[in-house]
Amino acid sequence: MIFSRNPISASIILIGKRAIAFGYFLGGLSRLSFETFYWAFVPPYKKERIFEQAKRAGVDSLPLVSLIGFFMGVILAFQTAYLMQKLGSEMYIASIVALSLVRELGPVITALVVAGRVGAAIAAEIGSMQVTEQIDALETMATNPIKYLVVPRFLALSLMLPILVLYSDIIGILGGYMICVYRLGIPGSMYMTITFDSLLYKDVFTGLAKTVFFGMIIALVSCYQGFNVEGGAVGVGRATMRAVVTTFILILAADCFFTALFYFIFP
Amino acid sequence: MIDIKNLSKVFNSRQVIDGLNLKIETGQTLVIIGRSGCGKSVLLKHIIGLLKPDHGHIYIDGKDVTVLNTDEMNALRTRVGMVFQGAALFDYMTVGENVGFSLIEHGHVDRTELLERVEESLAMVDLHGIGNLMPSELSGGMKKRVSLARTICNRPEIILYDEPTTGVDPITADSINELIRSLHDKLKVTSIVVTHDMKSAYKIADRIAMMYQGKIIAEGAPAEIEHSQHPVVHQFVNGLAHGPITETIEHCRPGDICIT
Repeated sequence: MIFSRNPISASIILIGKRAIAFGYFLGGLSRLSFETFYWAFVPPYKKERIFEQAKRAGVDSLPLVSLIGFFMGVILAFQTAYLMQKLGSEMYIASIVALSLVRELGPVITALVVAGRVGAAIAAEIGSMQVTEQIDALETMATNPIKYLVVPRFLALSLMLPILVLYSDIIGILGGYMICVYRLGIPGSMYMTITFDSLLYKDVFTGLAKTVFFGMIIALVSCYQGFNVEGGAVGVGRATMRAVVTTFILILAADCFFTALFYFIFP
Repeated sequence: MIDIKNLSKVFNSRQVIDGLNLKIETGQTLVIIGRSGCGKSVLLKHIIGLLKPDHGHIYIDGKDVTVLNTDEMNALRTRVGMVFQGAALFDYMTVGENVGFSLIEHGHVDRTELLERVEESLAMVDLHGIGNLMPSELSGGMKKRVSLARTICNRPEIILYDEPTTGVDPITADSINELIRSLHDKLKVTSIVVTHDMKSAYKIADRIAMMYQGKIIAEGAPAEIEHSQHPVVHQFVNGLAHGPITETIEHCRPGDICIT
């Protein structure tokens, strides 16, 4: 009690508690990751469960990803046009839109959208199962919750996110095409030629490769937060919020890492 | 036979189970009574291996549950079923899929046998033809019955019941009691029922054990427990507001570790 009244001591105690909680989080997430990789290779393989999750994470996200992808293309085209028109270099708009979308904006924005939509749903669903003892029920029926719940979501998101990003890139380029062709008067054939000429395989590859890891991050963090729910409905809400915030931070941190890595590997 | 020896478990500096010893003979129905939060459900979760004890051992037919590996534990869990307090039905599956879950996952049975087993299990709990309903369409009592059907569909030798009559009306509670009794008579299973509902305990028990401060403080036939002179047991079974249990709480100061 004496310590808690001293603001400096209280701050140190708080920092210590946060550090311990962060240590637990890292340890727990690492353990879940390891177990998920392990159980992903242990038979039986229930394909229908992965397809179901792939539909929920991928197919059901298409309308939202289409909208966001289109907006990204349109905004990028307008913003680039603002600068390029001043320089009299409108023809570069196509290449800037394509490169920005394929290398960076498409993967990151799509991953953040999927994290908000699918990650939150995963954390809330598993969290609700945790507080209503459904996870315990699974275990009592000799079913491993990681194999049953985490592995299908992990595989589905790792597979579907690159596909969604590729789709989002195409929609974004079409958004840029519409602005450039119908608003700025650039010929459509020229826009597409410049787009394809400016894109290299490595741009597409580096853009898509990192999204496999973003998918893994979304699945693992969301499942981890769901499994660690405490305290009923309030706990489920808190876990959902934590899942989204943590996933956002980790996606951006991973993007930073991969951007630096690819910069040196594919200069 | 289930033999629990010197079991201890601490949660957040709180001694929930403290050197508990208990034996349950095969085919017997043992009811464990005690106040809410005294560790009864924690004990059940130890028996089915959901929790690991800090000390002590649990032997089921001579096998120590506390040291089994994953495969051995899964093999054991096909013989032991658990009915959860809140039913714990999978809310994204139909009733039929819930009941047949174990068979679908591990049973290696064909579709015809699966449907027969599901319908047979639902019939045993007096719920015919509701296999296509979702859990959200059921009442609390029906959910508990479906949970029971899900447990017996796997034909277990041991069934653990966690507060089977909590949260349902007295008539439904009595029908659940009769169901537990009839399942015991028909299937000859060993049952451990955790409850604080004394009416239920007297109706279904072959033996009753009272849990208090992490230990079994009294054990006997229902009539012996009902007329026990032990002050803690007497206060609990008669539902008295004043007595040694409540005095312990009244004497607890903030910061003390008080087990109720």
